[in-house]
Amino acid sequence: MASEDPMAVVQEARARSNSPRIVVERRSAPSAEDTPVLFEIEDAAVYYGTFRAVRDVSMKIHEKQITAFIGPSGCGKTTMLRALNRMHDTTPGARVTGKIQYHGADLYGHDVSAVEVRRRIGMVFQKPNPFPKSIYDNIAFGPRVNGVRDRAKLDEIVEKSLRAAALWDEVKDRLRASALGMSGGQQQRLCIARTIAVEPEVVLMDEPCSALDPIATARIEELMRQLKSQFTIVIVTHNMQQAARVSDRTAFFTAELDSKSDQRTGILVEYDATAKMFSNPADERTENYITGRFG
Amino acid sequence: MIPDLRAKHTWRSRKSTLMTALMIAAVVVLAIPLIAVLYSVISRGAGSALSGFPDFFTKEIPAISRREGPGMGPAILGTLLVTGAATLIAVPLGVLGAVYLHEYGASSRFARTVRFMAMVMTGVPSIVMGLFVYVMWTMRFGYSAFGGALGLACLMLPVVIGSTEQMLRLVPTQLREAAYALGASKSRTIITVVLPAALPGIVSGALLAVARAAGETAPLLFAVGAAKAFNAHLFTEANTALSLQIFNSDLAFPAAEGRAWGAALTLVALTFLMTITARVFTSRLALKR
Repeated sequence: MASEDPMAVVQEARARSNSPRIVVERRSAPSAEDTPVLFEIEDAAVYYGTFRAVRDVSMKIHEKQITAFIGPSGCGKTTMLRALNRMHDTTPGARVTGKIQYHGADLYGHDVSAVEVRRRIGMVFQKPNPFPKSIYDNIAFGPRVNGVRDRAKLDEIVEKSLRAAALWDEVKDRLRASALGMSGGQQQRLCIARTIAVEPEVVLMDEPCSALDPIATARIEELMRQLKSQFTIVIVTHNMQQAARVSDRTAFFTAELDSKSDQRTGILVEYDATAKMFSNPADERTENYITGRFG
Repeated sequence: MIPDLRAKHTWRSRKSTLMTALMIAAVVVLAIPLIAVLYSVISRGAGSALSGFPDFFTKEIPAISRREGPGMGPAILGTLLVTGAATLIAVPLGVLGAVYLHEYGASSRFARTVRFMAMVMTGVPSIVMGLFVYVMWTMRFGYSAFGGALGLACLMLPVVIGSTEQMLRLVPTQLREAAYALGASKSRTIITVVLPAALPGIVSGALLAVARAAGETAPLLFAVGAAKAFNAHLFTEANTALSLQIFNSDLAFPAAEGRAWGAALTLVALTFLMTITARVFTSRLALKR
């Protein structure tokens, strides 16, 4: 697979994003205002049993944009992300309070099915988690769940998804081979291909590059920029440069010690256009974090 | 100055040698009964099992114990019949039960009660299972291979439940989440992701339970009978099994004793084969992942 020169890949990715190393100037803030609101979150909090992991989150996530959640470990970024496709439903004891609206309707309304929600809001996880099946079956899993039985149709979806994830040329001759034989970066792109195969509206990404090297990371970032035209992307990342490189809007979370219960709870400190967040943040804590003075 | 890096014969190195010797001794002591059992079964059983091959495996059991001559065919058939039927009862029930306990019941009161009962059931002596089946089945429907199968199934069930639940626990959460994130329902996730991922472990656990049950005598004692002719019917007429033939053989007659040793060897070989199959199957499946 590594037939190309690795550095060329990185350079190409950088060139295509036509951005200098300091990315702040890359995007103009107005783009962040253009698209309609998809998620409207009001006073959301997530509890694990009696432990409150994150509280008082209010924000609007816009369609066809990349929204990044950044912040130090344990600040509730991932927890908040998982609240957006009701992933917490599968964790015993976890519950979400406050209001999360999706297309203006309550995501947690009692006639809303978590299964239906997740068909429209997909997720890519921190660690690549392909099924122990063939590459083909990994991609076809979602469409099959959604009732696609036709062989030709499945073939078409598999090819389209793999092409969209920039993986087709590397794996087209071994679609029947186990997905577990791929490299980490390929596995993660497979997971992205698997997610977009069900044609969701939103793709949630939970630190998708944390297990990958810079070349694989550059590829996935490039992929995200391409996917933005079709999908709304929300990405959690520890890597501030990554947030600055790819996102339109950035939310900064941090953890605060509650003096009463002696628990650390995540809060949303600031949420704004990425360019503003990285050049002229309103909150001192944001400034300290992005300049590396804490976290 | 070059430091002295040579090993020093201190009390510490001596203690190490002593402990290693102790462990090797423990392994040897452990191996003695194993080898002794195998040696005596093979040395005494091979003669009658292999003379005039394959008569021993295909001919009927002589009606009169003292008569010379081979024949354990009906017992081999009976053992396969009883164990096979028991497997067909216990494995599907056990796997489904474990799926409920781990995936649905989790820590509910009902699930915890069932799990506890299954644990208690592993400790129930096999003769009690035999009596239970005698009262519940044999007294009403008479001797049959199926009665024995019921007894064996009762013994296998908790083992299958336990091992399957263990294997389900080993399936990583990330795999389940991947399926959920694609819009798969819980049942769909279990059928298409969790069970296939746990399959090698479930199969080897089940096969070990089968191998263990195949040699059981007590649960068959009151249910199967002691036929000496072939009986391929599952639900009717007295049947027999290798373990029962060994138990019932009239050791006053050398011919009967020889056949008993042959039956013992056959039984050991059968369970050995099943265990090996379990291992091969597991490693094959594991490689493909």
